[in-house]
Amino acid sequence: MTQAQAPVAIGAQVETRRRARPRLGGIAVNTVLIILMILWAIPAIGLLVASFRTAAATNASGWWTAFTPPWEFTIENYEYVLGRAGIDQAFINSFVITIPATVLVVMIAAFAAYAFAWMEFPGRNILFVIVVGLLVVPLQVTLIPVLNFFRDFTPAGIKINGTFLAVWLAHTGYGLPFAVYLLRNYFGSLPKEVFESAAIDGAAPGTAFFRLALPMSVPALASLIIFQFLWVWNDLLVALVYLGPVPQNHPLSVVLANLTTSFGGGWQFLTAAAFVSMVVPIIVFLSLQRYFVRGITGGAVKG
Amino acid sequence: MFDAILENRLLAAILVVIAVPIVLVGYIYLVEFVVGLFRRTTAGRIRPWLWLAPALVFLGVFLVYPTIATVIRSFQNRRGDQFVGLENYQWFFTQNDTLIALRNNVIWVIFLPLLVVGIGLLVAVLVDRVRFEGAAKTVIFLPMAISFVAAGVIWRFMYELDPKIGTLNATLNAVGAEPRAWLVEQPQNNFFLIIVGVWLLTGFAMVILSAGLKGISTELLEAARVDGANEVQVFRRIVLPLLMPTIAVIATTIIIYALKTFDVVYTMTNGNFNTDVIANTMYQMLFNNGQPGRSAAIAVILFVAIVPVMIVNIRRFQEQEAVR
Amino acid sequence: MANRTGRWVRLWVLLAVAAIAVAACSSGGESAAPGGESAAPPASAPAGESAAPGGSPAAGGEFNCENIGGEVSVVGSWTGAEQDSFLAMVAPWEECSGATVNYTGSRDLAAQLTTGIASGTLPDVAGLPGPGLMKEWYDQGALKPLSFVDFATYEANTPPGFAAAGKASDGQLLGIFTKAAVKGLIYYNKANWQGGDPATWDELNTTARGAVSGDEKQWCIGVESGAASGWPGTDWVEDIVLRQAGPDVYDAWVAGEQKWTSPEIKAAFETFGDAVANAYGGSNYIVTTNFGKAANPMFADPPGCLLHHQASFITDFFKNEAGAQDGDFDFFVMPDINPEFSGAITTAGDLFGMFNDTPQAQSLINYLLTAEAQQIWVERGGFISMNKNVPADVYPDDTSRRSAEILAGASSAKFDASDLMPNAMNQAFFEAIVAFVQNPGDIDSILSNLDNVQADAYGG
Repeated sequence: MTQAQAPVAIGAQVETRRRARPRLGGIAVNTVLIILMILWAIPAIGLLVASFRTAAATNASGWWTAFTPPWEFTIENYEYVLGRAGIDQAFINSFVITIPATVLVVMIAAFAAYAFAWMEFPGRNILFVIVVGLLVVPLQVTLIPVLNFFRDFTPAGIKINGTFLAVWLAHTGYGLPFAVYLLRNYFGSLPKEVFESAAIDGAAPGTAFFRLALPMSVPALASLIIFQFLWVWNDLLVALVYLGPVPQNHPLSVVLANLTTSFGGGWQFLTAAAFVSMVVPIIVFLSLQRYFVRGITGGAVKG
Repeated sequence: MFDAILENRLLAAILVVIAVPIVLVGYIYLVEFVVGLFRRTTAGRIRPWLWLAPALVFLGVFLVYPTIATVIRSFQNRRGDQFVGLENYQWFFTQNDTLIALRNNVIWVIFLPLLVVGIGLLVAVLVDRVRFEGAAKTVIFLPMAISFVAAGVIWRFMYELDPKIGTLNATLNAVGAEPRAWLVEQPQNNFFLIIVGVWLLTGFAMVILSAGLKGISTELLEAARVDGANEVQVFRRIVLPLLMPTIAVIATTIIIYALKTFDVVYTMTNGNFNTDVIANTMYQMLFNNGQPGRSAAIAVILFVAIVPVMIVNIRRFQEQEAVR
Repeated sequence: MANRTGRWVRLWVLLAVAAIAVAACSSGGESAAPGGESAAPPASAPAGESAAPGGSPAAGGEFNCENIGGEVSVVGSWTGAEQDSFLAMVAPWEECSGATVNYTGSRDLAAQLTTGIASGTLPDVAGLPGPGLMKEWYDQGALKPLSFVDFATYEANTPPGFAAAGKASDGQLLGIFTKAAVKGLIYYNKANWQGGDPATWDELNTTARGAVSGDEKQWCIGVESGAASGWPGTDWVEDIVLRQAGPDVYDAWVAGEQKWTSPEIKAAFETFGDAVANAYGGSNYIVTTNFGKAANPMFADPPGCLLHHQASFITDFFKNEAGAQDGDFDFFVMPDINPEFSGAITTAGDLFGMFNDTPQAQSLINYLLTAEAQQIWVERGGFISMNKNVPADVYPDDTSRRSAEILAGASSAKFDASDLMPNAMNQAFFEAIVAFVQNPGDIDSILSNLDNVQADAYGG
């Protein structure tokens, strides 16, 4: 990125990605991708087929035989999953937990990442590496110290353990190292000239952040939102531990993990539950896909 | 009373989603206002810390403080009332089981990032040039959205011994080969567990690499093509160097994931057949065996293990800034 | 520039709108909330009536339900269909006491309660993962003694040995049993087994080995069970130790005073190894086959194996995993090996303890001990009652009725040995089973490794 770069007239972007490309190796590209897609889809298809069969049928013959007669499909797994007491409440709880936890992480991480990327201060690299290094801290070892801390620390008499607040805060804390890492990396690759000329024009760092850095980083922000949302949505441990034994507050993941009996009987319900639970993250993924568009960075590295 | 809780919860959720961004944005403007009251040099010195403050508070409470507590705990006995020096570490490095777990972690750390980043990059680069980009990305991403318990169910059927119901053995059967006990035969069973991890994580690498790829200017690529570079050269000379920072992020994240990998092993074999990993041992010691001291020692060993990775990261940042 | 900012703002608006939509949905759904919740009396109900703790202290006997209102939180290992049955069991208590049961099923009680102790957000009543952790939590002051339970009545209503197993070393009652499992039962497919109820282990082996032909094997064994893989084999070894070496060795072994390398324990592993050698599928099959599916070949045509050693709960799996029906299968109790030690059976059960001493928790625990309460679950199936006063005719099928009769009539019932051992020992035992099935020749190194764990796990 040493070539001369110039800030670009932002907003004049044209969708250019569908223009004709060199077709070199087009068949090979298609073949490789289709093979990978098939490999990745096989387990998922197996799971989908199993979700429409009884356990005895899945145990007796492979999922690939289900497509030939006798068709033994049933929707009883889905009926059981969707008929669980409190599943509608749990679905709402999942949103109540996931959306704030996602918003908090993305915003707080963006501030920190911007400071790491574009502000000078002593010890910056060391501090940043420590933040990234915190990724390695296993969640399990943090639980007891943090829970002890919030048991004794009750600001203004508010008990934090056992509330939604605790889950929001915990997911934010656990999500930050990756979020800061990802965003700092993306912010850092934005052209310096954009910020320099903004500073010359008299823009404060706050303005440069909100008006330049964030809009130019939409693909990175979108991918961060996808994953933070997904991790929180599928999380079981943090929810159980920080919410405590209050079933009215439990998210979908907790209800779905408890579909089998204590000995593991009824595992076939888990297959249906996987698809029930997957719907929302997939919608989030698909709807944020459209932010993965070339050109959002405004030709950041235009030669 | 139940109604009241429910209402409060929703109120709180709405408040958080709407008010928190306003408060946080307000915080930044307040910081800028306050900083503006100082002289330029002073302002430059305090500004970064105020921007970092919210993140540092969260990290301090949820990760740094427990880490310090864990380090202290690792030097204590099982009841936590006496310091025992390096006893817990000595235990770790003298057990046959934990050493096997350590070996397996090395296998994970080498192969998981290699395969995840390699395939993720391949997909991210290739989907850019086909019509079914959305479909391909969705298929690769799908495993990430499948809950882990369900993934465990389906992979046990993939690796099932009985060729009537085990997908892989049915394939072997079709070509006339003998069925294999994929999760039992050592040491390759570790690789079959890693494959489950690759299936789960490639979507992660692909999405982030894809985001990075979209940041590369089309004009730059077109210019290179006009200059006569072929696609492979364009990839090696332009795309790969520009994507390197993102690849490093993914590689670092996956290396750390591999170091503390737990879910796959816990649900598929629980460490039997010499497939144990140290995070599984850590979990057993903490919650099942009543040995929090040993568990803490394992966590500290994890912290130490990533130091080389972090040094590489520091070097990379310094280089990035030097050329910027 | 407005365009860029707009994109970012739209993203945020999208999230905000989603949150509001959720809020709107749920306030709509709120009115449809189950009547149980809204019917709960005001929280100002006499929660402070500690002078008269809820329910009369008549464990297992007559239970007088008092209207106390309030709530009680319960965490248990019962999930799925078991959770439904538990809620059905407590429904009459909720009605008469006016209190609400907030039940959370947990797949990992030890982690849930360990962290709960740290956070101070503990359930009032909880299932306990085992006697070891139960005593540790009592020493920490987290678990409260159940001094309000009428122990004499409880003990009289329960098979011998169980009531005392829930006591701390200072004699305080900490945990109660409601649900039992009878272990060491040998199931067969009625269509294939003509050997009746063999009187001795040798007779069983002779008959069975004479009856199998072709690829058919004597035993169906599968020890895979996710994070607890190996446990079905520990049940095997325990049943053999009890019948081959006797109850004294069994007790010493549980207490950590019997070495794993001792001739008695080694002989038990070898007897189990003999069964493994005569089992369907071979060692790789046994270690990778889930215990729930292990009996499937018994119901296949042609059958792959003849007999299946398992506890009383397994019949649900015959139906779900193999598609068998009630009446297709039956069982006999694992016969004597050494006639000197005749008549003992192995069992297991789920412990319940109390973390918060509230009137609701006391009343609920007294209620759970009654025959009336346990009868509700018995009728729904999958429950062998610890309470002898539950009439045999309420059991929904023959196999569970006979299991209950065996439990109630047992002269000596031994609690599952591995469940009584410290967790580290238990886990090592599980893993040793897997290793042994794979490589029976490694028995000496496997057992000496268990000796090392024993030395470590029983210590302070």
